[in-house]
Amino acid sequence: MRQTRKGVAGVNAELLVNDAAKLLPDPSRRKFLRQVASLGALAMLTGCDITDPPSAEKALRKISEFNDWVQARLFNPNRLATTYPDSAVTRPFPFNAYYAETEAPDVDEERYRLILDGLITNKQPWTLQQLTDLPQQTQITRLVCVEGWSAIGKWTGVPLRSFLERIGADLTAKYVHFVCAEGYSSSIDMPTALHPQTQMTLAFDGQTLPTRLGFPMRIRIPTKLGFKNPKHVIGMTVLNNYTGGYWEDQGYNWFSGL
Amino acid sequence: MSMSTPKAAGAKLEPNLGPNPEQIHPLYVRITHWINAIAVFIMIGSGWQIYNASPLFAFAFPPSLTLGGWLAGGLLWHFAGMWLFVANGLFYLVLGLKRAHFQSKFLPLRAADVVGDLGSALKGQLSHADLAVYNAVQKLFYLGVLLAGLIIVASGLALWKPVQLMELAALFGGYEGARLVHFFAMSSIVLFLVVHVLMAVLVPRSLRAMIRGR
Repeated sequence: MRQTRKGVAGVNAELLVNDAAKLLPDPSRRKFLRQVASLGALAMLTGCDITDPPSAEKALRKISEFNDWVQARLFNPNRLATTYPDSAVTRPFPFNAYYAETEAPDVDEERYRLILDGLITNKQPWTLQQLTDLPQQTQITRLVCVEGWSAIGKWTGVPLRSFLERIGADLTAKYVHFVCAEGYSSSIDMPTALHPQTQMTLAFDGQTLPTRLGFPMRIRIPTKLGFKNPKHVIGMTVLNNYTGGYWEDQGYNWFSGL
Repeated sequence: MSMSTPKAAGAKLEPNLGPNPEQIHPLYVRITHWINAIAVFIMIGSGWQIYNASPLFAFAFPPSLTLGGWLAGGLLWHFAGMWLFVANGLFYLVLGLKRAHFQSKFLPLRAADVVGDLGSALKGQLSHADLAVYNAVQKLFYLGVLLAGLIIVASGLALWKPVQLMELAALFGGYEGARLVHFFAMSSIVLFLVVHVLMAVLVPRSLRAMIRGR
């Protein structure tokens, strides 16, 4: 079922330009390939050849895919994440990315277009003003980072579900893939995309979304880990192919549901 | 005494259900013990890796004691190891309950016995002559680590699924509370392990019994 990330049919080349700038993983991140070799006992249990560490990683990734499957079944599309009072908002809200805060991309509001592709009827690009003119929703929810910490934010934007309906997206498709201005990317399952709290966030704590938190638009998903909440989103594709994402391709669990 | 039927019935059942008089640890206890040892090694090593990504307290674990190389590797190990830990633990619990393992090994447990046995243990006078019978300190330790095991699984589930299992997370005071509980449950299991391994070294017969059964 799963395919490694190749060119995705129907994806606008423009969306993928920034992917080329994707940072290579730190060599130390690959160290676990070597460390697993010492775990002879587990290798025996899984039937892996301990002299071939990549096969241990392969086994771990297979289990991670099994965990995707389990999580998709645990996901209740009607279960809402806890919402909090305004006083609970974490101020200032922490910054987290694979680059320094000063390197966050400066997206030009005038030239910004949200580009749509894939199984969508109306692929007209959207300006920021057009997005801001749509009905907005505000939620105060907890963002849980894959690193373990969490923080509560006040997010305002367009429910992704209503946007997908508006552009005539195929809601029976399997995935929605996001591409970001800095070359980041991530993809989510359709049931999560249609969850009532999944949002195209345009404002944080009553102010225009600051650069550090993803100006002009980020996808906010309170039912997924923070790295599945891409910032500076410039492209959205609805499709049936698995496309992974920046961190997912390096080993983070793809579903990462909360 | 004069009745022969119960004895006969007992004799009939003995080979299947009753423990071998010379056997200290039945086979299922030994197998689940060593699978658990592997699972706990994976869960603690990878758990420390995950902890280091965002330490709760003003310290980090030495990277050489962690598993996975970096956060994603640690997470892959942790969320693979959890299946082994939980499946093996459930097997042990179900079989243990069916065979009255817990009642016969860990109960009764009286506070006065714990105090008394702890006193002799600290003086180095606690006997381990019969490895099949636990003293009160051992009973407390083993029941305690079983409880810590249940708590670490429950708090771990709450951390994994704080939205889908929000009622469970609420038991621990929400996501951040579950993080603390998960950490302290790990700490108590590590403390148990230090004593447990030390005792196995001091009483090597006990290690042999956990391998060979007697």
